Amino acid sequence: MTAAELLAALFPSGHSVREEGGLLFGTGPAAGGEVAVVGTSGGLEVGVESALALSAFVLEVARRHPGRPLLSLLDSRGQRMSRRDEILGLAGYLAHLSRAVEVTRRRGHRVIAVVYGEASSGSALALGFLADEVHAVAGARISVMNLPAMARVTKIPLDRLEEASRGSPVLAPGLESYVRLGGVESIWQPPFSKALAEALARPPGPDRRSERGQERGGRLLALSVRERVREGEP
Amino acid sequence: MTGPARSFREATARRRLEGVLDPGSFREILGPAHRLTSPHLAALDLPVSFDDGAVVGSGLLGGRPVLAAAQEGGFMGGGVGEVHGAKLAGLLGLAERQPWAGVLLLLDSGGVRLQEANAGLLAVSEVMRAVLSARAASVPVVALVGGGWGCFGGMGIVARCCDAIAMSEEGRLGVTGPDVLETTKGVEELDASDRAAVWRTYGGKHRYLLGEADRLIEDDLSAFREAAMELLSARRDLGLEELEREHRHLGRRLEEFGGCADARDVWRAAGVEDPDRLPGLEPADFRAAVRAARRGDR
Amino acid sequence: MERLSFDFACRGDPAPLLAPILVGVVASGNLEVLVEGGAPPGRCRLEVLTSARGFGEIWEAVLRDFATRHSLSGLAVSVNDAGATPAVVSLRLDQAVDEYLRRP
Repeated sequence: MTAAELLAALFPSGHSVREEGGLLFGTGPAAGGEVAVVGTSGGLEVGVESALALSAFVLEVARRHPGRPLLSLLDSRGQRMSRRDEILGLAGYLAHLSRAVEVTRRRGHRVIAVVYGEASSGSALALGFLADEVHAVAGARISVMNLPAMARVTKIPLDRLEEASRGSPVLAPGLESYVRLGGVESIWQPPFSKALAEALARPPGPDRRSERGQERGGRLLALSVRERVREGEP
Repeated sequence: MTGPARSFREATARRRLEGVLDPGSFREILGPAHRLTSPHLAALDLPVSFDDGAVVGSGLLGGRPVLAAAQEGGFMGGGVGEVHGAKLAGLLGLAERQPWAGVLLLLDSGGVRLQEANAGLLAVSEVMRAVLSARAASVPVVALVGGGWGCFGGMGIVARCCDAIAMSEEGRLGVTGPDVLETTKGVEELDASDRAAVWRTYGGKHRYLLGEADRLIEDDLSAFREAAMELLSARRDLGLEELEREHRHLGRRLEEFGGCADARDVWRAAGVEDPDRLPGLEPADFRAAVRAARRGDR
Repeated sequence: MERLSFDFACRGDPAPLLAPILVGVVASGNLEVLVEGGAPPGRCRLEVLTSARGFGEIWEAVLRDFATRHSLSGLAVSVNDAGATPAVVSLRLDQAVDEYLRRP
């Protein structure tokens, strides 16, 4: 699904979201008022310039439009991998974007993330997983790293990884894995405008992802270990 | 020079905590006797660790109660798996429940534990969320980076989500680490075996000069202890004004250094005379040499 | 991974019941050792999870040696091993008991 197709489905009566060099900025109408839309398209790899541009938009929403919901749409292959981005301190730029989303959320802006293309590693962390809720549409692909690259980095043979990932939501790339692990709340069915309206109408709450992981059987320890440490169990 | 007994880099995670916190004050939470090992590593026939490579607990720092976590880089490269991440997130959650002076995160990690892939990514995201939540509750969170595995991937982003970072020259910080960069983009992009290039790009000195790290210190447990004590008072407001200020700072960085191909070019553009001598300087001399050139926002 | 369990007679002094201790790191060529009290009196219980298969006899010899050397009744030892040599294993075991006994 392209950004244009997704936007048309989310905002059937029209919107003013523009796509520039793999970045999405703009607004769309919803029952409670305008929704700010930010995100990535075409599998963009987020580097220092993109991270700064995305941050600028998010900060402007917080500064100029109190309470306006923020819809984050993801189709990014992750962070841009280059020596230049590392020299310039990409970690700082992605952290800044993460902070911008978090502060905006805390100031009372509902943040909904929808993965429609790829969501991977660095950019998924900053623009996706800090949302109140993360949803996806069919065809979206979420992963940490492709299996061949993982095989090279871990020095585990590819066929071993492939074998271990069969039936394991922990290793198998893909949407179903993330739903099972609690990382994705749901897979939206059309009409997306209705799914969006329902998401916007739900009140914000605490981060439920480890609970979901437990309920859905994908992560059986994350919640209990976290709670036990939070209690200071010796 | 630091003797081996005092080196932060050479120490295990537990030894680092002992050396940074007030002597004898560390009380481990959910320690190895609970045997909370990774449920996922057996599928790849990999060994487990009773603390899953993360040591968390409470202690005193200069008499003040703090929470502290240390990653064991020797175990799976400090990679964050389901249990490991849950311990860190839980500690940060505990930080909000009582009046702790702060949280110290001794990070030594390649990022997501690839052997637990998806669970690892979610674990890192929950740690990130927990850091920001603790900070929003006015609990200072300070990152100490000086281990042999560096602080990369999602943990590099987590480090930069903290109030402050202290690094030794030996420490490294980034998103895509040198090995992953070479493996995915080729040796022309970065030769991971070129130590000088790696340290120019990711090392403590460059990070300090650029303003990604707040302190550049000796590879010594006492130096990290002193830095931690100092930085606990350096809490940054997690608010819109502060973010807008930082935004301007990050924008200026791109204007000034966006055209640089190598860190040496950054140092030269920042006004350092004879940038080639920087790598050879001891921390105190280095700090003096870059005083005017440093681009920290504080 | 191979899991090995041993249960030796240990007729020495009873090990004090102190806080468990962990030494070592599960890195290639290394191991971690967890020492606790709580094995039955007169016994020393050892459990090993190792990535190097087929060395059961060597483990038995090294651990039997260790149990004899320290002869502490009621000690429970658990090991996660990533291919350490017998010399490193012995060293780590001794280190662990040493630190255990030095606990307040």
